[in-house]
Amino acid sequence: MTTVHRDLDPAPSAFEGERMMAPQPKPAGRRIRRIRGGLTPYSLLTPAIIVLALITGWPLIQLIVTSFQEFGRAQVFGAPPEWVWFENYANVLTDPVFYAVLLRTLAFSAACVVLTMVFGTLIALMMMRLPKGFRILLSVGMLLAWAMPALTATVVWGWMFDTAYGVVNYILVNWFGMEEFFQHSWLIDPLSFFLVAGIIIVWGAVPFVAFTLYAGLTQVPDEVLEAAQLDGAGGFKRFRLIIFPYLKPIFLIVTILQIIWDLRVFTQIFALQDIGGIRALTNTLGVYIYQTSIAGGDFGQGGAIAVITAILLMSISIYYVRQVTKEEEP
Amino acid sequence: MSATVAPARPVVGSAAEGASSRSARRTGGGRRRVMTWVLSAVSILLFLFFVFPVYWMVNTSFQPNNEIRGSDVNFWPEEFTLRNYATVLFDPGRTPFLPAAGNSLVITILTVIIALVFAFLAAIAVTRFRFRSRRAFIIAILVIQMIPGEAMIVSVFRVIDGWHLLNTIIGLTLVYIATVLPFTIWTLRGFVNGVPAELEEAAMIDGCSRAGAFWRVTFPLLAPGLIATGVFGFIQAWNEFIMALVLNARPEMMTLPVWLRTYLVANGTTNWAAIMAGSTLMAIPVIVFFLLVQGRMTSGLVSGAVKG
Repeated sequence: MTTVHRDLDPAPSAFEGERMMAPQPKPAGRRIRRIRGGLTPYSLLTPAIIVLALITGWPLIQLIVTSFQEFGRAQVFGAPPEWVWFENYANVLTDPVFYAVLLRTLAFSAACVVLTMVFGTLIALMMMRLPKGFRILLSVGMLLAWAMPALTATVVWGWMFDTAYGVVNYILVNWFGMEEFFQHSWLIDPLSFFLVAGIIIVWGAVPFVAFTLYAGLTQVPDEVLEAAQLDGAGGFKRFRLIIFPYLKPIFLIVTILQIIWDLRVFTQIFALQDIGGIRALTNTLGVYIYQTSIAGGDFGQGGAIAVITAILLMSISIYYVRQVTKEEEP
Repeated sequence: MSATVAPARPVVGSAAEGASSRSARRTGGGRRRVMTWVLSAVSILLFLFFVFPVYWMVNTSFQPNNEIRGSDVNFWPEEFTLRNYATVLFDPGRTPFLPAAGNSLVITILTVIIALVFAFLAAIAVTRFRFRSRRAFIIAILVIQMIPGEAMIVSVFRVIDGWHLLNTIIGLTLVYIATVLPFTIWTLRGFVNGVPAELEEAAMIDGCSRAGAFWRVTFPLLAPGLIATGVFGFIQAWNEFIMALVLNARPEMMTLPVWLRTYLVANGTTNWAAIMAGSTLMAIPVIVFFLLVQGRMTSGLVSGAVKG
């Protein structure tokens, strides 16, 4: 019993850790034989399924249940939770603070995604044209930024943007004579806070995008480009008509991953708030869930926000899952 | 690759490179050469932008704290000191570094080993066997990865609390295993698929049992994949922040990211030098591991970028 099966690449998923892994090449149209193994495959799956059911499945059910309950500090200490059905959702959806947080998150993520994709694409295209030595230099720099843990990166950038002794203010004042940046606080003003947060996120995300797209670019056949060049296609035209169509599937998947990652950003915002932002004015969805439930003690309301966030993210990622499983045999 | 390299440069490389640079020669030189120089200059600026924070972290960590709080900024430690590292490592403050590092190490290693074993078994099941709900399992693995951790913190906290596993090694390890498992299964599945089943069948014709064939033939070929996947799980668990923040908040049970955050809140704006020393200590293992494995993981596609 053999089945013809074109395997899919282990493409990067929305899971944070896979930010670190560029997709691997597809084994082209190879046949894979699978055997019927009776109960063997099920027993092989059992440990993984048990762990996932207990630590992911069960909390997920709990989350949905709690979002329909009045669940505050009293319930944590043993009082029975009261069913309030859609009250939590009604509270959340009529709360102007929630919409402020939602809009802020959407706007901020959109900005980060666009900037990351633009810079990532430009750097990938640039790497194609760079002499080898410079390409290696740039790659090493990007690998270092890529490898930096999000929390330490945020702490370091926070120190660079420090009001009194930060190197950014120092350079702006002493090298460029911009006296207004003497003792300038970057984090107090929400807009400027998100500028710094955006720099941190884009700095950390561009290497993944650049390397993945560069990998895709090296797959574009030279002959096709050459033929286009001989036919008189200019640089931009070559990009639009030849390179981009080749790159489109990778480009789409990377964009979706960036959208998911940026919408659920937590560490950078949370740590930057520790360093000096005003929490109430800079919360994004992830941080807001934490503030409402863990810090604020309202698990019911926090649960409702969490469910709404999860639905939002899942609906975006449906496209990704469909792309990745498109070629999976039934 | 270097399809548009300036014609004057000697071209070494594949036939394709040679061919395309011949065409570059035809379309002619001056403008392209200028372009190459401009791009090279830009690439140096970009290199500085990407490297600077890492450099600045290390640079600050080797300077005395009073030195970095002066009116001048030192781009090189004028007075080189290891005092900040001594402060971080041996200062018995309210949040000592070493126990946190110990917790991080134990939790991370346990997570990696257990997750690798579980994921390996699951990967064999989905790659080598046909069974009902195989596709459902694969889709479930993908979907689970899409559930945002931030949304789950509340209920994971309550479930772990219900099992009286808050502020324990076991509790956080369990959560991390579940966190890295889908990703590990997915990646290992790719690696197992990469080893043709025909190799096993050949060994079976030579008299091996199916399990024996898998163990003797496929498993050794998977070793690099297992190591690489394990290292990525290591990095993931080592860096994890939100769950650790919520589940292991008690000082003696903290992991390094939570320690760094606590240290930052306690010493922020007063002792940046020590904070940078702590950041360096936390980041170095990750950076080293990452650089070691990155080449292997992406060698198929970005070999030019990584190995040059």
